[in-house]
Amino acid sequence: MIPEIGHFALILALGMAFIQTVFPLAGAQFGYQGWIHVAKPAARLQAFFLTLSFAALVWAFLADDFSVRYVASNSNTKLPTLYKVSAVWGAHEGSLLLWALILAIWGMMVSFFSRSIPQVMTARVLGILGIVSIGFLLFMLLTSNPFDRIPAPLEGRDLNPLLQDFGLAVHPPMLYMGYVGLAVPFAFAIAAMLGGHLDAAWARWSRPWTNAAWMFLTLGIALGSWWAYYELGWGGWWFWDPVENASFMPWLVATALMHSLAVTEKRGAFKAWTVLLAIFAFSLSLLGTFLVRSGVLTSVHAFASDPERGVFILGFLAFVIGSSLTLFAIRGNQIRSFVHFSLLSRESGLLLNNILLVVITLVVLMGTIYPILHNAMGWGNLSVGKPYFDFFFAVLSVPLLLALGVAALLRWKKDDAAALVKKLVPALIVSLLAGVLVMLWFGFSLGAILGVGLAVWVIWLSGVAVRDQLRGKRRLSSIPRGFWGMILGHLGVAVFTIGVTLTSIYSVEKDVGLGAGESYELSGYTFTFNEIREIEGPNYSGTRGIVTASDGDYSVMLYPEKRTYFSSSMPMTEAGIDAGLTRDLFVALGEPLGNGKWAVRLYHKPFIRWIWLGTIIMGIGGIVAVTDKRYLRMARRKKATAASVSSRGATA
Amino acid sequence: MKSLRFAIPLIIFIGLMLLMLKGLWQDPKLVDSPLIGKPVPDFSLPELLDPSKSVEPEQFLGQVWLLNVWGSWCPECWREHGYLEELSTRHGLTIVGINWRDETADAVDMLRRAGNPYTAIGVDPETTAVLDLGVYGAPESYLIDKQGIIRFKQVGAVTPQLWNSELEVLVKRLRSEG
Amino acid sequence: MKDKIRLCKRLLLLLVLLVGSSAMAAIETYEFDTPEQEALFKKMIVELRCLVCQNQNLADSNAELAVDLREKTYEMVKAGKSEADIIEYMVARYGDFVLYRPPVKSSTLFLWLGPLLFLAIAIIVAIRFIGSRQNAGADPELTDEQLQMARDLLNKEKKSP
Repeated sequence: MIPEIGHFALILALGMAFIQTVFPLAGAQFGYQGWIHVAKPAARLQAFFLTLSFAALVWAFLADDFSVRYVASNSNTKLPTLYKVSAVWGAHEGSLLLWALILAIWGMMVSFFSRSIPQVMTARVLGILGIVSIGFLLFMLLTSNPFDRIPAPLEGRDLNPLLQDFGLAVHPPMLYMGYVGLAVPFAFAIAAMLGGHLDAAWARWSRPWTNAAWMFLTLGIALGSWWAYYELGWGGWWFWDPVENASFMPWLVATALMHSLAVTEKRGAFKAWTVLLAIFAFSLSLLGTFLVRSGVLTSVHAFASDPERGVFILGFLAFVIGSSLTLFAIRGNQIRSFVHFSLLSRESGLLLNNILLVVITLVVLMGTIYPILHNAMGWGNLSVGKPYFDFFFAVLSVPLLLALGVAALLRWKKDDAAALVKKLVPALIVSLLAGVLVMLWFGFSLGAILGVGLAVWVIWLSGVAVRDQLRGKRRLSSIPRGFWGMILGHLGVAVFTIGVTLTSIYSVEKDVGLGAGESYELSGYTFTFNEIREIEGPNYSGTRGIVTASDGDYSVMLYPEKRTYFSSSMPMTEAGIDAGLTRDLFVALGEPLGNGKWAVRLYHKPFIRWIWLGTIIMGIGGIVAVTDKRYLRMARRKKATAASVSSRGATA
Repeated sequence: MKSLRFAIPLIIFIGLMLLMLKGLWQDPKLVDSPLIGKPVPDFSLPELLDPSKSVEPEQFLGQVWLLNVWGSWCPECWREHGYLEELSTRHGLTIVGINWRDETADAVDMLRRAGNPYTAIGVDPETTAVLDLGVYGAPESYLIDKQGIIRFKQVGAVTPQLWNSELEVLVKRLRSEG
Repeated sequence: MKDKIRLCKRLLLLLVLLVGSSAMAAIETYEFDTPEQEALFKKMIVELRCLVCQNQNLADSNAELAVDLREKTYEMVKAGKSEADIIEYMVARYGDFVLYRPPVKSSTLFLWLGPLLFLAIAIIVAIRFIGSRQNAGADPELTDEQLQMARDLLNKEKKSP
């Protein structure tokens, strides 16, 4: 019964999406006020029905309703409750429902927080969001219905044991909030082009939405990386897998978009570029959705692949982006801006920043799809993997970080070279010193000097930027939150860079065979293999090793495990990790070697937590920026103006 | 015209979409073999049913033969065996097997139950010959000509469809070669 | 065509089920003669692809074929073979697909030079853009209508509290 309600709600949501699209867009085009006002209620109703539908699916999982095929394939009675819920988005159909739900929620939020935006614009924005919704809802109802029924088996299969983890339960929703959230600035960009003009106000409206989506995407990607590290047992945190790249590319372009919007808002410049970036960012989101579900690329993350489904997504992708880019081709010339700025100015700095981000994105894109191209040309199979991406990313991030440090200091329109250089020289000295210090402490490495030096460069110059802002301000609160958001974002990047540099260069790993009581010394820590125990969990059994790691003063117990889940024969590792701010100790359990010994892998990973710490700082920066009072102030002023106008009207 | 530059993103996008469309009908997991057109790598494996004898590619020079990698742990191989038997009896195709990473008892049992299409079977428990052949899964088969050159590789089972569409013609052609 | 695809999918399922790539790190306790050998081994198993897996390198995979290939790599490293030897060995049997660091050849020229090309094009576009904005004139002229609109808005602002 409930799954049928869920299915019906899905159909109703599709109906709402149609209403949300057709009437507002036509109304905006031809001036029918009544039709324009349909947008907000339709968006809210769509969100309501999708929430209902989603709730029905969650219920089906919690009630172990195996007559629903999706539930039977991804859950079973012994699955812990938390994972029954997260199993809802664990595979193709359910994750699509989540996608559609989150899109509807963003649309609903736009409908609530758009009081300062003219109705025509809001109508168009919601209409565009409606088109995307229609695509996903149709896709689900026609090819990937999560509510399909089957004759109920007694027991379901299982949620892939890899996904039975808190980090991975939270990762997709967070990621989708970001991915999908980029549809909002996209919709704003299309709406502006449809309206035929683009001004600084448009940029101001788009910014908080872009920052919010960016923030979610940052945290979503970080969660995935952190999860991979502690769950997969090989100490890695990024593999440049096609699906990882599919989430990273929108992030890169969203970062460029955030900065471009700042320029458009403050100076009215870069209008056409900003629109193009908004289209590009969301296109990459849709492309990512395509890559993951169509089977064109091999990936550990890929959902069940199906060329027929792939054709649908590709067609939808081609339609949405193709139309957007056609609109851009036609209207692009009208929305251009010709704003003057000097070679040495913040505008130039941000342009350089955006160029580098876009080039990095293109490199990642090319590396990801090159195997397809290579095969399509008849040259055979090819793999493009970590060595390729690591190399180019490292090379391109050098000018990016250099520019990052400088750009925050630059003044709008025109800056003074001499004054700037005076600020940069101390930064250079401090950065080199930091690099040398690191080298003395950890060991010789040019890469380390470069990486840490660049990070310190950014930190120092961020400090200078703060000092400059504070000078001549009576109150701290007169500095807009957007500024602090920027500083935090940049500091986050610096912290991230330090983590990546130090852990990539100075990590130590060793595979040893240890028997009970035997030890091995690694990077100043003695790892002692105490004993092995058999363990039982709710839906698995396994072995647990008890290892002590000690460096003389400090001692910690680690519990690496090997589990076999009843549902699949796939053995899983749970690593024993001692997390620390300056280093992680990591132990993974392997196979018994006979003669009482076990294979263990020992890791010492310096500063690896700084990688995710950096992303958290970036995320906080995003939140701070979104809550900038200037966005709220404008809404308040508009309301006051409207109120005074209407009161005058009443008395007249 | 100045505004033509705004059409550039669209043009690039169309190119990308065409590429993706082509990509949908490719299987990224089917790896081409670099050994096509090269002589079959040398190996000397003990014969499954008589370990005192050895199985070597030189023994099959002068005829067109199929080298089939299989194991009793591989469900697809079980299904394939019946058809291979038909190929060897009805079409007179010489089939040489390599039993990969298997227990002798299990392999013999499988032959008894699923049929034995093989003229000879080499045993490779340690992935020595199989590695040289560039095998990455079972079943895989190689069609080898009279000079000992690999002319065709099939990843996956040899099926009636494959025989009818490609293999039969190829075998005939190779047999007619000098 | 459809049959081929179905066949391939079944094979895929078969391979994944049997020689299944698992999440478990594969841990072998190899001994090496020199640290250089160990470093070479670690480098090779990270840069070589596990062919039966869904995009994993030899180091991370527990598939049987991966175990065999790691063993072979270890043997070669111990025998003093160089990186080039090992790569040649693997490529001769499995093709370029087995390398995560794509070889530089005519078919991958665009892959390796592309980034430089993108950067060059981007910089040229940027320079031309900045250059054109150097000469961008004074602020845009307002039409009378726009001027009146601006006046009205500013008046409204003054009147509101």
